[in-house]
Amino acid sequence: MPLTPHLRRLEAEAVFILREAAAEFRRPVMLYSIGKDSSVMLHLALKAFYPAKPPFPLLHVDTTWKFREMITFRDQTAARVEMELIVHTNEDGRKRGVSPFTCSSSAYTQAMKTEALRQALNEGGFDAAFGGARRDEEKSRAKERIFSHRTASHGWDPKTQRPELWRIFNTRLGAGETMRIFPLSNWTETDVWDYIAAENIPVVPLYLAKERPIVRRNGAFIMVDDERFPLAPDEVVESRRVRFRTLGCYPLTGAIESEADTLEAIIAEMRLASTSERQGRLIDFDESASMERKKREGYF
Amino acid sequence: MTAPFIAAAEILSKAQPSRPRPTLRVLTCGSVDDGKSTLVGRLLYERQLIFDDQLAALRSDSLRHGTLGEEIDFALLVDGLEAEREQGITIDVAYRYFSTPARSFILADAPGHEQYTRNMATGASNAELAILLVDARKGLLTQTRRHATIASLLGVRHIVLAVNKMDLVDYDEAVFERIVGEFESVAASLAFRSVEAIPISARHGDNVVADSANMPWRRGPSLLTYLENADVETDGGEAPLRLPVQWVNRRSDAFRGFAGAIASGRLQVGDEIVAAASGRKTTIARIVAMGGDLFSAAAPDSVMVTFADEIDASRGDVLCHPTTRPNVADQFAAHLIWMSDDSLMPGRSYLMKINGRSLAASVTDIKHKLDVDTGAKSAAKTLSLNEIGFCNVATAAPVAFDSYDENRTTGAFILIDRFSNATAAAGIIAFPLRRATNIHLQEQSVSKATRARLKHQTPAVLWFTGLSGAGKSTIANLVESKLVERHAHTLMLDGDNVRHGLNKDLGFTEADRVENIRRVGEVAKLMVDAGLIVLCAFISPFRAERRMVRTLVGEQEFIEIFIDAPLDVCKERDPKGLYRRALAGEIKNFTGVDQPYEAPEFPELKLSSAERSAEAIADQIIAYLEANGTLGV
Repeated sequence: MPLTPHLRRLEAEAVFILREAAAEFRRPVMLYSIGKDSSVMLHLALKAFYPAKPPFPLLHVDTTWKFREMITFRDQTAARVEMELIVHTNEDGRKRGVSPFTCSSSAYTQAMKTEALRQALNEGGFDAAFGGARRDEEKSRAKERIFSHRTASHGWDPKTQRPELWRIFNTRLGAGETMRIFPLSNWTETDVWDYIAAENIPVVPLYLAKERPIVRRNGAFIMVDDERFPLAPDEVVESRRVRFRTLGCYPLTGAIESEADTLEAIIAEMRLASTSERQGRLIDFDESASMERKKREGYF
Repeated sequence: MTAPFIAAAEILSKAQPSRPRPTLRVLTCGSVDDGKSTLVGRLLYERQLIFDDQLAALRSDSLRHGTLGEEIDFALLVDGLEAEREQGITIDVAYRYFSTPARSFILADAPGHEQYTRNMATGASNAELAILLVDARKGLLTQTRRHATIASLLGVRHIVLAVNKMDLVDYDEAVFERIVGEFESVAASLAFRSVEAIPISARHGDNVVADSANMPWRRGPSLLTYLENADVETDGGEAPLRLPVQWVNRRSDAFRGFAGAIASGRLQVGDEIVAAASGRKTTIARIVAMGGDLFSAAAPDSVMVTFADEIDASRGDVLCHPTTRPNVADQFAAHLIWMSDDSLMPGRSYLMKINGRSLAASVTDIKHKLDVDTGAKSAAKTLSLNEIGFCNVATAAPVAFDSYDENRTTGAFILIDRFSNATAAAGIIAFPLRRATNIHLQEQSVSKATRARLKHQTPAVLWFTGLSGAGKSTIANLVESKLVERHAHTLMLDGDNVRHGLNKDLGFTEADRVENIRRVGEVAKLMVDAGLIVLCAFISPFRAERRMVRTLVGEQEFIEIFIDAPLDVCKERDPKGLYRRALAGEIKNFTGVDQPYEAPEFPELKLSSAERSAEAIADQIIAYLEANGTLGV
């Protein structure tokens, strides 16, 4: 399927960004988080540097709480694309037993994701890191630069962001400073799925609907992915036909009930979701509105 | 809190047209109360691009905070997305995304209530069309003119003049026509190719998505229909080929691929092409792509090409067809939009990034400053944050470029502050000042090396920097005496002496200090060409200027000598009584008192005059010159 002009332009822009970074930075790395956005970003990198391999390794920050299918997919992918894969875990956090079941989600994220990422960037001596974040994901991202400057302690200061005109990126760094680079800044969720379909990009099967062992907790469908899941006395594991709109650590990722078990069906489901809004069934804080919010919370 | 929206999957709907139009990049601008947020909110609502949860939250927000009673206040939707405002980063551009069956849109939202040229320019730099909002009751405001001027300068060629709040003027055609007439006279001096005026009421939805029954006099599409059909194609495919080389792929000895995004035009296998700066010709052998080679490609594709012959092209070269070449020059005239808190210093060396290339550049002259509110031009010695000036710019080497009017990619550049690494300015090239073909330096039959050989020495600049009273001149004089004893040919340039002659027109402001050093640097360079060892004793407080002279003279021949003495010691010595006067407020801009001294980070020599005698230091310098080969032993 040929790309629409819209996707073609997004692709050309992302390829430009990837090459620009490869040309300007001493030692870039690509944060590979295994999800759909990372899959698209990796595919774009393969295209950007073909017939050479992308001139940087992949980095996965492993919290040890990812879905097992994600880890399998990650290792398959690294082998398929023949790129170096660095897997980093915050060993101190692991030793302290930091887990999403024992810590608040912010403390857990801080230790196993944010701190782990800093460690990995410092250890690897990386001066630039690609990420798959999109501006439409979250409002703080709507104003983030494509080339986003970080201080020597990896901090982001929204007030001193460099103006970013045309496609001329200021890539200069002071001692110890680094750059985060977002080739998918201008993509939307729809663009990502359309591109996956058009380019036939492999994604983790968790995005497709299937009977999975589910516990309902705080209104969200959580998948019991391994034996570490501590069940409360009143909780039952039931089999539900679900899929995931976004992937992360399994105890923190809500599933949605769905029948969509093909790429086409996923895209069609997205279309239906917006159709239902168009019908105007949204007057009050009804079931559908709060459900949408849950999806959204799962999504982020 | 209102959740952010995401684009609906409408692009996939059955109503997809046979040939979808390319993505439209739209800038929304206008004065703060003209209803920009309401318009954006209304567009999204009418197109059902707001999710259930957002709408529910919006309804309750409207009841609580809205100004419209039972009605939904759409401004709250968009403003809700801008929580950053409260956190003080209100001046930034926000990007929003939405799609309809006909087209995808990327909206750059330049906050209207802040009068920041910088951010408006950033938003406009990638926009193809601007929606300029005007309040029907107020008509054109200063802000409206400013935004129209900046949009025009940044190359936005299509404007929608959205005359809003028509409901508040009883949908009166005469009011609309009067505003349109006013705008026509503003637009007359600007470079728009199309201006579409649409009377709307964002609050009630008139002419936003559907035609309005309240304005039967209006013939023409609604705003959304217009945006969906707007043809802004910048003849990208027909324009001359410009392919800036971004990255060279050397997978193996046998393969060399030149990667870049086509800025304009098209190319195909077999095309004869030229690397603009070197003028070397070759032929396109392949257009390499992962799914299989391509035969042709056009803007805005990112491609990788190989050449039939081995020609040397590297990052920053611009590939073109032989008959349609860009300018190649080291001086050009350009509009600069100043973006840094540190004002522009003419003569100071900045880092320019243009077509992927980074090189030293400086502003040699500010022709005028542009008042974006009135269009008036005035003389200026510097540019401050958010000011726009028309300047002459010189680069360290010839570069390939087009005028911005012809090409928004190859006609644009940025200037970067060498020390803070901040983006100091955005540049919009107007025209070349001297073509490189005319500026081959006068080839001289007697060379610098010849002159130096006659004198049995290696020419060099000994640059003494340090606080007033550190002992620079004293030490430099001793060094010169010792050099002359050894039959070396020397020349001394001293701060005080130069200011009595060559630079007597200059004062001590930051700008004048920069110019002072620039001139001294040029003179030193001439003397080095004459084969001399030049001793320069200048406070030269700014790193940027010392770097400029180093670049000018050449790394090999520049020896930076930092005469280091603590400020207290210098104040104590105060040989000319200057510190006393500066501290008394009689002298302004005195280094170490009310102007900073930036100590060298990597001088060739750092010598403390507080601990050793001037004589001992001079000997140390002579020893260094012997060791590095400047003096024959």
